[in-house]
This record gives sequence, C-alpha cells and structure tokens, in this order.
Amino acid sequence: MPMPEWLNRRRGKNDDRDAAQWSKCPNCGEMLYRRDLAANLYVCSRCGYHFRMGAYDRISTIVDGDFTEIGAEVRSSDPLLWSDRKSYPAKLAGDRERSGLSEGIVCGFGEIGGYEAALGVMDFHFRGGTMGTVVGERVTLLLEEARRRRLPCVLFTASGGARMEEGMFALMQLAKTTAAVTRFMGDGNLLFTVLTDPTTGGVSASFAFQADVVIAEPGAMIGFAGRRVIEQTIRQRLPDRFQTAEFLLEKGHIDMVVERRHIKDILARLLEYAAKGAQRLQEASR
Amino acid sequence: MNPFAEREKALLELERRIGELRAATADQPTDMSSEIAALESRYQEILRDVYGRPTAWQRVHIARHPDRPTALEYITALDRFDELHGDRYYRDDQAVVGGLGLLRGRAIMAIGQQRGRDTKENLRRNFGMVAPEGYRKVRRLALLASRFGVPIVTFIDTKGADPGISSEEHAQSEAIAQSLVAFTNARVPIVAAVVGEGGSGGALALGIADRVIMLENSTYSVASPEGCAAILWADASKAEEAAEHLKLTAQDLMRYGIIDEVVPEPLGGANRDPNAVVARVLERVDAALTALERLTPSELLTARYEKYRRMGAWGERAPAVGG
Ligand SMILES: [Zn+2]
Repeated sequence: MPMPEWLNRRRGKNDDRDAAQWSKCPNCGEMLYRRDLAANLYVCSRCGYHFRMGAYDRISTIVDGDFTEIGAEVRSSDPLLWSDRKSYPAKLAGDRERSGLSEGIVCGFGEIGGYEAALGVMDFHFRGGTMGTVVGERVTLLLEEARRRRLPCVLFTASGGARMEEGMFALMQLAKTTAAVTRFMGDGNLLFTVLTDPTTGGVSASFAFQADVVIAEPGAMIGFAGRRVIEQTIRQRLPDRFQTAEFLLEKGHIDMVVERRHIKDILARLLEYAAKGAQRLQEASR
Repeated sequence: MNPFAEREKALLELERRIGELRAATADQPTDMSSEIAALESRYQEILRDVYGRPTAWQRVHIARHPDRPTALEYITALDRFDELHGDRYYRDDQAVVGGLGLLRGRAIMAIGQQRGRDTKENLRRNFGMVAPEGYRKVRRLALLASRFGVPIVTFIDTKGADPGISSEEHAQSEAIAQSLVAFTNARVPIVAAVVGEGGSGGALALGIADRVIMLENSTYSVASPEGCAAILWADASKAEEAAEHLKLTAQDLMRYGIIDEVVPEPLGGANRDPNAVVARVLERVDAALTALERLTPSELLTARYEKYRRMGAWGERAPAVGG
C-alpha cells in the first residue's frame, strides 16, 4: 500500500482531534503548536525534549516510501476474564478508539535509506505499549518472515512491560519472541533495536536487549524494574538521571544515544554495513 | 508474619494435644479412644477448612511458607552435587545456586533460586531475588550444560528479579534477556520445577523448558501479586485482589496449557511433609528427563520452538506455526 494512503488512513483520527491543540513540553513548559510539533518529529523546538511518538508517525519518518504491514489481523482473547475497574475487552476497545491502533505494535516491511528491512514499532498509547499475545505474535511473525526473506530487522520499543491483564500468557510472549529472535539471529540475520521512552519490564528483558546493536533516544527511561518499584524497595528517591538513555550509555549498556532526526540515517548506515558484509561473505564463500 | 503460618499454629497445637493424649492413655487402663477420635475428627475438620480449597491468595502464602522446601532441599537430595560459583565477571550471587550433580545416576546441571530459610540466610540470599550477576551465572551454567551434554533441571522460587539500584546499574534487563536466549538455545533437555513462587521475568529466566512441572500450591505469574497491584493500581496493598485476578495457581496454568504437570502436595502444603514432597518432585523430574532422552538435540530444539510458538491467548483460533 503506498505510504500516503495508509498513513492518512491511520492518522486521520488523531489529526482531526489534535489539529487545534497545543501541547505543553513536560521538560521546559513551552507551549507548542501541535502541528509544528509534528513537523519537528515531536521534539520540543526549545529544549529538545523527545515526546512519545505514535507508531504510524514513526514509520512515516523511517521508511522511504511503501510500508507493507503484516500481522494486523492478529487479535487476542480475554483468557483470564479480567475485570477491575473495567473489563479487559473494554480497556482494549477504549484504547483502539483513542489511539486508532489495533494493538501496541505495528509491523511490516519497507525500505530504509534504500535498504529493504523488517520494521516493528511499538506504541505507548495502546495499553502503555505492554506486551500481550498480539504484540508477541506480531514480533514473532515479523522475525519469521524476515528470516525467510533474509532481511535485517529493526524494532522500536516503547513499553511498560508485560500486560497484566493477560497474566501468564503475557509472560510467555517473552519466551516466544526470544525463540523467534534466537532463530532469526542464529541464521546470521541482524537485529537492531531503538529504545524509546519508556522501555521497561518484559520488553526490556527480552528483544530490546537481545539485539546486535542497541540504540536509544535521548532522555528515554530504560530499565527492568520501574522507578516507583525501586524507590519503594530502597525507600529513597532516585536521582533524575537514573535509568535514562544517557545513564545507560555511560554504564555501557547501549551502543549509542541518537536524536530522533538522525535515527533514520543511523539505521540506513547500519543496514549499509550489513549489506556490504553480507555481500563480502557471499563472495568469500564462492 | 505469614498469615498461613499463623493459622497453622492452632492445628499444630491440636496435633500436639492428640499426641499427648495418646501417650498418656497408652499406659492407663481408662479408655480414652472416643475422646481421641473426637479430637482427631475435629482436627481433620479444621485441616480441610483451612487447607481444603485454598484461594489463590492462600496459595501465595503456602508458597511463601517459611518451612516449605527451598531449592537447596531439592539440590541436596540429589545423589551428588558439586556447586559451581560465580558469573566470571564480578561476583557470586547467592540468590541462585547451581552446579553439576547426579539424579538417579543421571548427570544433570541443577540450578535454583534460593530464598533464605531464616533471617540471616534471607539477607545473604537476598530473599531469592536474583541480581544480574546471578542471571549471568545461570546463563553460564546453561551454556556449560550444553558443553557437558547434560540436561538442565531448574528449581524456581522467587518473587521476582532483584529491583535494586546496583541491579539496574549492572543491566538487569540484559542479564535476563540473555539467560532467556541461553535456555532457548540449549541443546540438552530442560525440565523446570516451580517449587515455590514464580514471579515474572525473574522466574522465567530459569523457566524456558521442555517440560514445566509445578507443585500444587506453587504460584507462577506475570508479576508478583504485590508487583501487579503496584503496576495497575499504584497500591501494593491490593495484592490479594491481584492474586485472585492473575490466575497464578498450578490448576489455572495447567488448564491454560502453560505448564505440563501438577505435582500433588499433602493437605496443608509441602511444609507438612517436606521429605516426601522433595522425593516426589525429583521422581517427576526424573520421569520427564527419561521421556525427553529419546529426542535428538535438533528434535528437542524444534519441539521447544513449537511449544513456545503456540503460546498466546487467542481469539478465535491459534495461527499456524510458522518458521
Ligand atoms: Zn521543551
């Protein structure tokens, strides 16, 4: 499907509602006109704060043109018959309505800087980017298809962890995606992850940190345990920098921190190295 | 204080009185047997009342019972065990114990989270909450098992991975993520036994297995009840409510096809007859290993992939297995 068509279709809902809105930068307090903010890739023009970004907005900034979505039809059930303040199906329906998304990740294939790649983008606006059956299944389908086509894969993470309302079915998605990552990488295919705000819990403890190259956006909160849980455990306030992308870079956990406007270029370079390496291997084995 | 252990006190008191009465009547001419029978029937009644059909929250407390056998009880019941220490980088995390041993003549790599059996040990073992160094030890031992060609047997008992500052500084996420990879890739059979609490990714890091068995009163969940309540409602005190929601009992997980076998416990929990429970679990582990022994490494890896590939809460249908 050509990009303008799918992008307009998917974004239509959000754009209508947000057209006249202003957003306040949570970092510097600047009032930003929503349309200007979108044009600036949802980065504060005053302080450089990176807002959380929708999956389709993100895809439009990463792929060159076409994007062919896969796994969009996958749906989960309500195995635990979960209901607290709302039932789980009602929570899902509400998030579908609000976000215009069918689930917490969009997966598909497209070209990045002229290199074909698999691309999966999580979206925090759907159930906090939590991983349940659908997120796990779409990541797995993407990796299986990329493996068949011998293409590298890029995953953008944004997640509060495993989805409580799916209980152990959610935890098992860590095992399932790990199995898919392991097969994919075991065949010599490259996996790159871009960790965006926030990347915690089960997603952080699985594919986010199983990749060959791990990139993070400035200021993104990244960790296993949530900040609140740690503070309650140690009974003291954590420093502001704790678990930020910059902190992780300093500690040696990630390869680089890259501003949003440069991420596509970096990915294209990595894909170029990968393509040149693959070509060399092919020639060397002849 | 564990409320389950509290309620158990009344039972233990009754048990003691029955024992005393029996001893007293043994060398007396008066027939006390009807009194003893009455006490015993009362005892059975309370036992069923307290333990008969425990709620999920009650099972959480049975799983946390201070006298419930811990990983080391199983490990020391092996025919032989040689502990291997450390992550080769930084330290030896004592919240997890692992090493080579013999189970009924079969060489295995045994690994388990070890909570403390008293306050002092709890501190040394960090309540069984494993730090990145511990998961790196686990990963190392899983790789070593493949080098030796011996199956991996894990004993899962943890509220969850350690949530401290230094654990985050030492990349807890990466340590767990790579432990998951090591288990996924292991070319030897893996049997996991959930013997206490199985809390979140910290438990799953020892939990990817060809066969998962679970004691009747053990729990296994996406997050500990306290963690779940904190995440969803910002209120850890709603843990009881979370426990009922999470479907964390062995019976639930058996019904969902997430575990393969439930190992029965005596009425009242494993703490009431630890030796028998340890023996029964090891017997079931041995049986599982015997069954898995028939598969070649590549058959094992394929079966493991397909097992986890199917995992999900599907709407109308499970998708066909790909890859
Ligand atoms: Zn700003």
